[in-house]
Amino acid sequence: MTELLQHLINGLSLGTIYALVALGYTMVYGVLKLINFAHGDVYMVGAFAGYYLGAVIGADRSPNVGKAALVTIGAMAICGALGFVVERFAYRPLRHRARLTALITAIGVSFLLEFGFQLNPLLRAPVEFPPGPAPRFFPALVDLGPPLEPLGATVQRIDILGFVVAILLMLALQWIVYRTRFGVAMRAVSFDPQVAGLMGIPVNRIISGTFVLGSALAAAAGIINASSRPRIEPLMGLMSGLKAFVAAVLGGIGSVPGAMAGGVVLGLVEEFVAGYTSSRYRDAIAFTVLILVLLVRPEGLFGKGQVEKV
Amino acid sequence: MIRGAFRSVLPFVVGIPLLAIAQAFVPQAYFLWIVTIGVNVVLAVSLNVVNGFTGQFSLGHAGFMAVGAYTAAKVSLAFAGVRIVGLPEVVSDQLAFAFALAGGMGAAALAGFLVGMPSLRLRGDYLAIVTLGFGEIIRSLIENTTVLGEALGLQGLPKRTNVVWIGVSALATIVMARRLAVSTQGRALFAIREDEIAAEAMGVDTTGYKVRAFTISAAYAGLAGGLVGHSIQMVTPAMFTFIRSIEVVVMVVLGGLGSVTGSILAAVVLGIAIEAFRNFQEYRMVVYALLLVVLMLLRPQGILGTRELWDLRFFRRVPRPRPLAATPGGASPTDVRDEP
Repeated sequence: MTELLQHLINGLSLGTIYALVALGYTMVYGVLKLINFAHGDVYMVGAFAGYYLGAVIGADRSPNVGKAALVTIGAMAICGALGFVVERFAYRPLRHRARLTALITAIGVSFLLEFGFQLNPLLRAPVEFPPGPAPRFFPALVDLGPPLEPLGATVQRIDILGFVVAILLMLALQWIVYRTRFGVAMRAVSFDPQVAGLMGIPVNRIISGTFVLGSALAAAAGIINASSRPRIEPLMGLMSGLKAFVAAVLGGIGSVPGAMAGGVVLGLVEEFVAGYTSSRYRDAIAFTVLILVLLVRPEGLFGKGQVEKV
Repeated sequence: MIRGAFRSVLPFVVGIPLLAIAQAFVPQAYFLWIVTIGVNVVLAVSLNVVNGFTGQFSLGHAGFMAVGAYTAAKVSLAFAGVRIVGLPEVVSDQLAFAFALAGGMGAAALAGFLVGMPSLRLRGDYLAIVTLGFGEIIRSLIENTTVLGEALGLQGLPKRTNVVWIGVSALATIVMARRLAVSTQGRALFAIREDEIAAEAMGVDTTGYKVRAFTISAAYAGLAGGLVGHSIQMVTPAMFTFIRSIEVVVMVVLGGLGSVTGSILAAVVLGIAIEAFRNFQEYRMVVYALLLVVLMLLRPQGILGTRELWDLRFFRRVPRPRPLAATPGGASPTDVRDEP
């Protein structure tokens, strides 16, 4: 019972991270029909942005909630800007070219971030940048006290905070997508960009906004994850990004509620399977899920089966 | 038919004696260069069958290479010390190596088939992420399997790879790709690349052809794996990370998706660059990544596009035999074209 509860807690904590990252994949896929390969690396950049901001404002020496919020919002802003720049300069010039071109560019951007961050520091002050290949340790941004122990299971208070923040962010996104003019425009673009443009929707601005939104969520995910699992390294976005992509496919790529559900389901499945069998094959679990989804229900849990038209 | 067979066999008839001569004269110091370049050619040309001919995008070549390398290594270790009765030792050893390479190719082909079956049913760009994932999964499975030596890998393989094996493998890959390009199979692949929906409407079994192309490509990646393992006498999981896959992708994209000679050119140039700039390894991947982005922005079709070297005006004056069929031109999968 205790073990079950523990896996449930860990799975939810992991699942919300996947869900936040998966949202970025799914939204960009919705408006551009592009799998933004670099999205997992934006998540990595988010964690590092938090790490550097924390060092600059001294959050590691005197942790408090205000500084934690500042670091999180700062990292979200930095990644939002990164998402904007990547879209503007790498993807937009290729928008009307063959689809493979954009995919290759996305792969290029992804590896540029991964390996650019692995270079030895060129900049020494105020922070060492790029961080180099060795893992770094994310400082505790808030000191919440000892872990809770309901029914014998252990829950870190920071995990609860992370979970709550993640849920709040998802609710905020839900509100943006379904209750604001921007959200209406975004859904219109995802339905048909050409017609949306004819109806007076500024398609370019909406696509930029989608990238900013998705990247900011990824940054938040990076910070929440690093707060409970403090080891951060330049390649951390690779596997997490792939798994979040699996979550997006599981939920039905292009569907916002699907990505949230897919992320949580994937986190739970991974945690339970790894917990009850062997954690050695943890990474293989997500891909088994992917294969099953592709074979049984390629449109995902929430997706609509689409007929590709000429 | 006869001309086709002739074209398949001729490169080997001419090539093998030349390679044997080269084997005798190439100094040992350059052996690693030859392995790097030869293996790159095998990898790049075979990946081109999927990424260039078919317009799909695989990022898992290193994974299939690993399957081939480990299978070949296991076969070789099983044969170590065994001598086929009635044959001199050299012949027996070479036969065992041929058998190991064939085993590696077979295992890699099977892995390619298993990965390709589900993922190739979907739109092209799924394949990129799925294959990248699988490459990494294959590696992490190997790292966790005791009989495969976990992170240490398998050591003490016999040193069997030589200039002749490298050359013959490269030739075999090139001949395969060129013969495929002018065959019915190849035409079906090009049709899929140009327009999958139209191809399907014309009766091309798109999934079937894609899976076949993918399986063939994986088999040759396995061959490359076997060659690498038997040249440095060990296989470790670290040799087959996704970085290796990206390297091959860069070669194919740089040379031109769909151009066999382009891939060869890029494989040779990058192979030499890799060996020459060993001291700047940390910048290598950054340069590759930049190369991909800049190439897509400025020259998305790569150096040659879908053309072959002999299609260039410069080479047109050189007399050459009438082609069996017109060279399959068409738009490169990354060519400038408007999509609605």
